Amino acid sequence: MSSLSSFFAQYGSLLGQGLADTLVMLFVSTAFSYVIGIFLGVVLCVTAPRGLRPMRALNAVLGWVVNIGRSIPFIILLVSVFPITRALVGTTTGVQGVIPPLVLSTTPFVARMVEQSLAEVPRDAIEAAEACGASIPRIVVSALLPEALPSIVRGVSITLIAVLGYTAIAGAVGAGGLGDIAIRYGYYRYQDEVMIATLVLIVILVQVIQSTCDAIAKKIDHR
Amino acid sequence: MISLEHLCKTFEGGNEVHALNDVSLTIPTGDVFGIIGISGAGKSTLVRCLNLLERPTSGRVVVDGVDVTNLKGAALREYRRHVAMIFQGFGLLAQKTALENVCFPYLASTGKVTTENREEALGYLDRVGLADRAGSYPAQLSGGQKQRVAIARALACHPDYILCDEATSALDPASTAQVLRLLRTINAETGVTIIVITHSMQVVEDICKDVAVLVSGKVVEQGSVAEVFANPQHEVTRQLLGKESWNE
Repeated sequence: MSSLSSFFAQYGSLLGQGLADTLVMLFVSTAFSYVIGIFLGVVLCVTAPRGLRPMRALNAVLGWVVNIGRSIPFIILLVSVFPITRALVGTTTGVQGVIPPLVLSTTPFVARMVEQSLAEVPRDAIEAAEACGASIPRIVVSALLPEALPSIVRGVSITLIAVLGYTAIAGAVGAGGLGDIAIRYGYYRYQDEVMIATLVLIVILVQVIQSTCDAIAKKIDHR
Repeated sequence: MISLEHLCKTFEGGNEVHALNDVSLTIPTGDVFGIIGISGAGKSTLVRCLNLLERPTSGRVVVDGVDVTNLKGAALREYRRHVAMIFQGFGLLAQKTALENVCFPYLASTGKVTTENREEALGYLDRVGLADRAGSYPAQLSGGQKQRVAIARALACHPDYILCDEATSALDPASTAQVLRLLRTINAETGVTIIVITHSMQVVEDICKDVAVLVSGKVVEQGSVAEVFANPQHEVTRQLLGKESWNE
C-alpha cells in the first residue's frame, strides 16, 4: 500500500499531465476530423453512382484522395507534414504540434465511416423524402444524417480508439501524452511500473469511450 | 388529368432493359386508376416516372395540361408534392415519430414546421385513425399502422394525385382492407385522384374504377374495371383473373 502511494507521489502528476495531454489530442483532433469528415462522407454518399446526385468524376477523385490519405502510415505522415504543421500551429512538437497530422490522418478514416453509416439508411425512406419534394440539402440535414446518427455515434467510438493509438505513436516525436510516457519511462528506462500504469489508464479510457458511445447510440436509436 | 404520351424508359447497362415501351395512358381527375401487371412488367418504373423519381428516356408526362417531363429544381419539388406517393416499404423515417414523419412535407416545402402545420398533421393522423400514436416511432407500429402514417404524410403534401406503389403488398389481409377502405374514402371525400400499382386483381376489384394491364412495359389492355373483368382480352389479364390456369 505504501509502495503504491509512494508510486503516485512520484509519478502521479506526470501521469495526470499525460492523461490530460492525451485527452486533449484525442478529442480536439477527433472533433476537427468529424467536422471535415462528415462533410466529405456526405459528398461521397450523395455523389455515389446510386446516390441522390451521382457525379462520377467528383466521386472518383474524392475517393482516391481519401484512399491516399488512408494509405500513408501515420508515423510517415507525421514527419512529412512538419512544414504544414509548423505553418499552422507554429511548432511540430507537443500536443499542439501533433493535432494537424492527427486531423489529416483521421479525416479520411472518418469520411469512410460516415459514408458507410449513410449508406446503411434504407433507400425507400430517402426516396420518400424525395417524393415529398425535399431538396438534396434538406434530405441530407433532415433525413439522411438523423437516420444515420446512431450508426455515426457507434463509429465515433471506433474512431476515438483508433486515434488513441495514433496519439501513442505521436509520443515518439515528443507529442506528450500517455504514449510518450510509456515510451520514455517504460521502454527507454525500463520502469515497468510506469509502463503498466499508463497501460491501465489507456485500457480504462478505451472501456469508457466504448461504453459511453454504445449507451448514447442505444439511447438515440428508435429502430 | 394525367396523360402519358409514348413513354419509354430504357435502363442502360450490361444488357439494356426496356422497362417501358411506348406507354400511353390517360388518367382522369378524381379516378381511382389501377395499373396491374406481373413482377417485372414495369409498373414501378411507370409510377416512378409519374413523379420523376425516374426520368423517362422519351415521351411526355402531362399533368393538368402542363408538360412536367423536364421539370427541375424548385418546380420539380413543388410538383412532387402535387403527386404524393406511398410505398410498399412505407418509407418512414425510423428516427422520427409518426407526427414528425407526417410533418416532413412542411419541412420539405418551407424549411420549418409551424404550430399550424403540426395541428394540421395531427388532423391527418386523426383522419387515418392514429391520433393516439402521434408520439410513436415506426418500430412501435404495425405494418398497417405504418402505411396509414405514410398516407397521412401523403395528405400533408396537399396532393391532387396520390401514387400507391404496391402499397398493400406487404400487409396482411385485414390491414390491406383497412388501407384500401381509407384510400377509397379519401378519394370519395376529397376528390383526389389515386393511382394504384398492384399485382393483385383483388386490390383492383376493391377500389379501382379503371384499370390498365401492363405486360413487358406495354399497356395491353385498359378500360373500366367492370369491362375488363367481364371480358378480359389478353392472356395475362385472364391469368391475373385466375381464369386461365398456370398449371396446365
